[in-house]
Amino acid sequence: MVKEVDRRIVDDLVANDIGFVTTVPCKQLAGVIEVLQGRDEILHVPSNKEDEGMGLCAGAYMGGKRPCIIMQNTAIGVVVNTLATLIQYYQIPLPMLISYRGEVGEKVACQVEMAVHTKAILQQLGIPTYHFHHGEQVEELDGILKHTAMCKKPTAILTDANFWSTAQ
Amino acid sequence: MIRSQLLKSILPVIADQLVVCNIGLPSQELFMLGDQPNNFYMLGTMGLSSSIGLGVALAQTEKVIAIDGDGSVLTNLATLATIANNPRPNYILLIVDNGSYGSTGDQPTYAGRKTSLAAVARACGCENVVECEAAETADALQTALDGDQMTVIVAKCDSGNIDVPVIEMSPITIRERFMGEVRRRNES
Repeated sequence: MVKEVDRRIVDDLVANDIGFVTTVPCKQLAGVIEVLQGRDEILHVPSNKEDEGMGLCAGAYMGGKRPCIIMQNTAIGVVVNTLATLIQYYQIPLPMLISYRGEVGEKVACQVEMAVHTKAILQQLGIPTYHFHHGEQVEELDGILKHTAMCKKPTAILTDANFWSTAQ
Repeated sequence: MIRSQLLKSILPVIADQLVVCNIGLPSQELFMLGDQPNNFYMLGTMGLSSSIGLGVALAQTEKVIAIDGDGSVLTNLATLATIANNPRPNYILLIVDNGSYGSTGDQPTYAGRKTSLAAVARACGCENVVECEAAETADALQTALDGDQMTVIVAKCDSGNIDVPVIEMSPITIRERFMGEVRRRNES
């Protein structure tokens, strides 16, 4: 079910000229993906795997559209090489809106196994990382998107279960 | 005909086109044979040439040729489903299929054995899939450029490599001059 926060996130993407979004779904992100699909300003192309999605994003950027990838934190285990040798090496601005599964509130034990590695991998890669734990932190998204475009880096926005449950 | 000869044969066809080229020897060969600012060379990240090319094609209207290899497409096989389900008339995927991982010493790929990438592409929903021999590639590519339908070309060639230097141009230079060409073409 779509919530106000889902519309707010997509509005921020549009306001920051994000014209291309690729997604690999997570149930926490279902509302955002549903809103995306209905917005004419954004071309939404689902990808099968997150490294493929980052290839699409790199191409879209070179084609003239600012990209964004929406995915689950388990994907961090998939995309290390792509982040280092494509997104970082070619200096492509790429905000990654990430559902941070495996944090407090998680019901699936296995999700915790990647949660404990998520920040460590991002830190190892030198990726600016922002952790949204309370619903009102969505206010920071606009600034993070501007920061990403300015520094031409991948950035990670980790959104945990508490964020989604407390967001309006 | 090996890959470098195939690439040499298509130089006149791709001379004025946006080209995204696969990692390793294909990019090194293309760089040596006919560098141009409208070429984007992958220096890392095996498997994503088709995806990067599709991204460029989705974002603007100029034609884009993604040159990929059989081994790289096998690495990112689901790309064919994404391509099929997001068809763009300005997108051409050229799979140079030599049945081997050329850049790593010509180890055989499954595409050189039982797997047909053309059949996989069709099964994924790609509607215009052309199979050709290496010597026919330039003509097939020209036909695709002249047409108005997304095309996947699977060009069969022999396995084998030539000595080529690595690309020393910086990734930022490669990207920025390519983006300059994209902008110039879309503005004119």
